Amino acid sequence: MGFPDRIERTVALAHPPTRVWAALTTAEGLAAWFGEEADIDLRPGGAARMRWASGYSVEMRVERVEEPEVFGFTWQIEELPDDDPRRTYVEFTLEPDGAGTRLTVVETGFAQLPEDAYRKVYDGHTQGWASELGELAGYLDAR
Amino acid sequence: MPDDIEAIAEQVFTALADPSRRAILAALASGGPATATDLAARLPITRQAIAKHLGLLTEAGLVTAEPGERRRIRYRLRSAPMKVAQQFLAALARDWDSPLDALKEHLDRGA
Repeated sequence: MGFPDRIERTVALAHPPTRVWAALTTAEGLAAWFGEEADIDLRPGGAARMRWASGYSVEMRVERVEEPEVFGFTWQIEELPDDDPRRTYVEFTLEPDGAGTRLTVVETGFAQLPEDAYRKVYDGHTQGWASELGELAGYLDAR
Repeated sequence: MPDDIEAIAEQVFTALADPSRRAILAALASGGPATATDLAARLPITRQAIAKHLGLLTEAGLVTAEPGERRRIRYRLRSAPMKVAQQFLAALARDWDSPLDALKEHLDRGA
């Protein structure tokens, strides 16, 4: 037993925290690098959602909003049915780093997954954060 | 969707460089059109990652979405760009040495 419960990843971005914050917490930002469409009610307890053209969508709930340092949300776990109450928690921490930002993402809650779904979701999110943060950097650099 | 041959080949090779996208394309090639949900059930890739990859593959013109209601949308492989990429590989794989050796042998014999 003893699945790792968390994924942590840090990237250095060449843009100030206020710009990174906007990319993470606005519908426009999220739709540009993460989903294909997004909406967000940016307050603790607020609902957010991202959608893709293939019909997949993920429901999120905003948990922490401490501009421009901490943004946290919970979201549905893909391999579980839509009405399953289990969620993982994602927290972004933004620290000024020279003229740029050191961005850390921590996702926790994988240990609550059933064994058959665990490997696919944990490996998927480990690869997923690597590619998503790359897309975030690409989006910020392109503007 | 790109229209010049270089750009098409580049899109194909970029798509094939990622193991998850190779798996998605291979599943569509062998099993025919499928929805994102079908692919997630068949492959060790999460639904969210499949949704992202299908978006990228559609933009690159390597798959097309058949019209349909969300979640029922089936994706189909487009073979045309693969054929363009195949021409690049065929040019590289062509074995120039044996015909040249044969020519040399032929000329040597005549001398």
